[in-house]
Amino acid sequence: MATKKPTKKTNASAEELKAYYKDMLLIRRFEEKAGQLYGMGLIGGFCHLYIGQEAVVVGLEATAKEGDSRITTYRDHGHMLACGMNPDGVMAELTGREGGYSRGKGGSMHMFSKEKKFYGGHGIVGANVPLGAGVAFADKYKGNDNVTFTYFGDGAANQGQVYETFNMAALWKLPVIFVIENNQYAMGTSQQRSTSSAEIWERGKAFGIPGEAVDGMDVLAVKDAGERAVKHARSGDGPYILEIKTYRYRGHSMSDPAKYRTREEVQKMRDERDPIEQVRNILLENKYATEDDLKTIDKEIKKVVNDSAEFAKTSPEPAPEELWTDIYATEVPQEA
Amino acid sequence: MATEILMPALSPTMEEGTLAKWLVKEGDTVSSGDIMCEIETDKATMEFEATDEGVIGKILIQEGTEGVKVNTAIAVLLEEGEDASAAQNVSSDAPAEAPAPAATADSKPAEAKAPAAPETDMTPDWPEGTKLKKQTVREALRDAMAEEMRRDENVFLMGEEVAEYQGAYKISQGLLDEFGSKRVIDTPITEHGFAGIGVGAAFGGLRPIVEFMTWNFAMQAIDHILNSAAKTLYMSGGQMGAPMVFRGPNGAAARVGAQHSQDYAAWYMQIPGLKVAMPYSASDAKGLMKSAIRDPNPVVFLENEIMYGKSFDVPDVDDYTVPFGKARIWREGSDVTIVSFGIGMTYALEAAEKLAADGIEAEVLDLRTLRPMDTASIIKSVMKTNRCVTVEEGWPQGSVGNYISSVIMQEAFDYLDAPVINCTGKDVPMPYAANLEKLALLTTDDVIAAVKKVTYK
Repeated sequence: MATKKPTKKTNASAEELKAYYKDMLLIRRFEEKAGQLYGMGLIGGFCHLYIGQEAVVVGLEATAKEGDSRITTYRDHGHMLACGMNPDGVMAELTGREGGYSRGKGGSMHMFSKEKKFYGGHGIVGANVPLGAGVAFADKYKGNDNVTFTYFGDGAANQGQVYETFNMAALWKLPVIFVIENNQYAMGTSQQRSTSSAEIWERGKAFGIPGEAVDGMDVLAVKDAGERAVKHARSGDGPYILEIKTYRYRGHSMSDPAKYRTREEVQKMRDERDPIEQVRNILLENKYATEDDLKTIDKEIKKVVNDSAEFAKTSPEPAPEELWTDIYATEVPQEA
Repeated sequence: MATEILMPALSPTMEEGTLAKWLVKEGDTVSSGDIMCEIETDKATMEFEATDEGVIGKILIQEGTEGVKVNTAIAVLLEEGEDASAAQNVSSDAPAEAPAPAATADSKPAEAKAPAAPETDMTPDWPEGTKLKKQTVREALRDAMAEEMRRDENVFLMGEEVAEYQGAYKISQGLLDEFGSKRVIDTPITEHGFAGIGVGAAFGGLRPIVEFMTWNFAMQAIDHILNSAAKTLYMSGGQMGAPMVFRGPNGAAARVGAQHSQDYAAWYMQIPGLKVAMPYSASDAKGLMKSAIRDPNPVVFLENEIMYGKSFDVPDVDDYTVPFGKARIWREGSDVTIVSFGIGMTYALEAAEKLAADGIEAEVLDLRTLRPMDTASIIKSVMKTNRCVTVEEGWPQGSVGNYISSVIMQEAFDYLDAPVINCTGKDVPMPYAANLEKLALLTTDDVIAAVKKVTYK
C-alpha cells in the first residue's frame, strides 16, 4: 500500500518524524484492536474509531506545551493516546473495567485525565466547544499562557452553540484553538448535503477569528498550521480556527455499514493519502530509517497494544459499590 | 501461529447474524482492511474486514448460514508461510466463558431504608441571642455572593446584565464596582453558550456563578446543566467535576405569560449529581447561597422574583451559612404537616395562621433544599400528625409533592390517617389575563381546603 504521491522536502528531523510515525501507528493499531475487541463483544455500546485521522491529533500535540489542555467529542481514543494517556487505561475503559480511566463508568465516549489536562470525551455533539472555551477562560482568568485545543467535527460545526462560543471567545480573546476535524461525513451525511459553506473555517471571519484550512492527511502540514494557531492564542490574540481536512476509514461507529460512500472512495484515500504511509515514505526515502527500524517500531507498538488488550480483558469489572460513588464530590477537585 | 477469526458483534445489541457471503476463499492472502465477508444483522449488511495479515487457512462457516452466534469461529487465519495443517492447531482469541472476572458481591443496589423513627437535626439555624437585621431576599443574595467573592478569588459571576446594568433584578447591584469586570462579567444573550463556558471554567478550576435572567431561559442551556455539569464527576470516575452555581428567578412572576412563568423544582430535583436549593426566607437565601458557592458540586439555585423584595430577619454575623439537606420547621403543630419550599411557603404559612383560628394546628416544614431532601424530617413530622399536605407552585404531574407522597407511603404508611394531598399550580400553561392567571396559581384557600380534607373537618 505505497503512497503514490511524491514525498516532499521537509525540515523535520529524523527523530521528530519517527516520533510522529510511532504516535500515529500506535493510534492505528490501538483502534484496530479496539475494533476486534468490539467484534468479540468485549467492548459494548458505541465505539467510534479514529483510523485515518491520526495526523490531526499527532500533528497538533507536537505543538502543545506542558499546561495546555485538550477536549474533544466522542471519537476520542486518538486524542487520549496522543496526549500521553496510558493505552492500558484507555482500553480498560472501553471494556468497562476497574482499570479504566473512569473506572469503567464512562466508556468510550466519556473519558478524562486530570493529569494530562484531557477534559473529555463528550457524547453530545457540539457541547464540548463551549466547554473548551471555558477551560481557556479559566486559564486567562488565572493569567497563565496555556491554550486549549478544542476539537470537533464537521457535523458539530452546524450546532448553534459553536457560534455562540465563537462570539464569546473572540469578544473575550480566549486562548482557545478550535480544531474542526472535517472528515467529510457527519455520521452518514456528507458535508455537501449538510453544510452551506464549503470552507467551514471561513465562518470564523464573521466573528473576526482568523483561521485556515489544513491538509489533515499530512502530519507536517498539521503541525505547521498548529504552530501558527498556538502562537496566536498563546500571545493573547484570542481564538484561532483550524479546519483540518481529514478522512475516517471506518464507519461512524462500529455499527455503521457506511453505505453513504463507495468502497473505492475509501480505498483511494487509503492508497494515496494515508498519513502513516506518507511519513513512512519520508523516513525511508531520506534514509532516516531502514525497513528493519520500522519493523522494530511496528513490533514495539504491537506489543503495547496487545498488552493493553490483555490488561483490558483481565482487569476486573468495577465493584458493585462503584455504582454509588462519584455522584457527589465531598472535596473540591484540586486543579493541577 | 494460526488464529481463529470470530463472528463479530457489529452493533451494540447484536447476538447473532447471517454469514451472507464470503469474499475470500481458502488460500487467499489478506491484509488489514481487506473485506473478508458480508454479515447481515437485523439492521444492515456489514462488511467484515481483516485486522491482521495472513492467509485464510480454512473457512469454518459456509456462506448463507443463518443464526451464527457472535464469537463463533468462522475461519482460521494462518501466518505467512504457515502450513494449512496448522489450521487444526489454533489459538483462539475468543473471550473466556465468563467475559469478565466476576466482581465480588451481587450487583444489587444498596438499599436505603429509613429507620422507624428517623433521627433529624433539630438544631436551630442560629443560637438564641444572635443579633438580627432586616434584609430583603435580594440584599441577602447579593451579600452572600459578595462575601464569597471576597473569600475566594476564583469565584466569579457571569450572566446577562449582571455587571453594568447591575442585574436585571438588581441582585448583583454593586458587585461590578467592588470586584471589577474580570469577575463580574456581562455575557451576550446566549444561554447555551455561556452556560457551557461556565461549566468549562469550573472544569478548569474556577468557581463560577452563572446567572440566568430567569430559569425559563435556562432551558436553552439545560444540556450543559445536566450532561456537562451534573454527570462529569461520575463519568470521570471522580477525577473532575463542576463546582459551580446556576442561579436566577424561577416560577411565576406576575402577568408575564406562559413562557416566563414555569417552576422547574421538580425537573432539576430529579438529577443525580445536581444539588437543588429553593429558599423562601432571606436568611436561607443567604446561608444557602454561601453553602452553594462553596459546594464542590453543581448547584441549581431557584430564586423567585416576587420574593426578592420581601424582608426577613437575617443573622448579623460574619459568616452565616445554612447546610443543604436540613428542613426548617417554621411552625410546630400536631394536627397536620404542611410541607413546602420557596414561594409555596407564603401560602403554607398563611394557611396555617388561618387554620389555627379554626382550631387546627399545622406543622409547617420548609424543605429549603430539594436535593438532598430532608425526608427524615417529613417522616418524623407525619408520624406525629398523621396527615400531610404538600404545597408548590409547579404543575401536578410529576411534582415534588408526588415524590414526597411516595416516600411517606413507603416509610410511614401505617401512620397515615388520610391520603396525602398535593397542592400545586393548575395543570395549564400560565395565562396572561389577570383573572385567569389568578385561577391558575396556587392560593392559600387551596391549602386550607386540602388541610380540611385530610383532617376531615
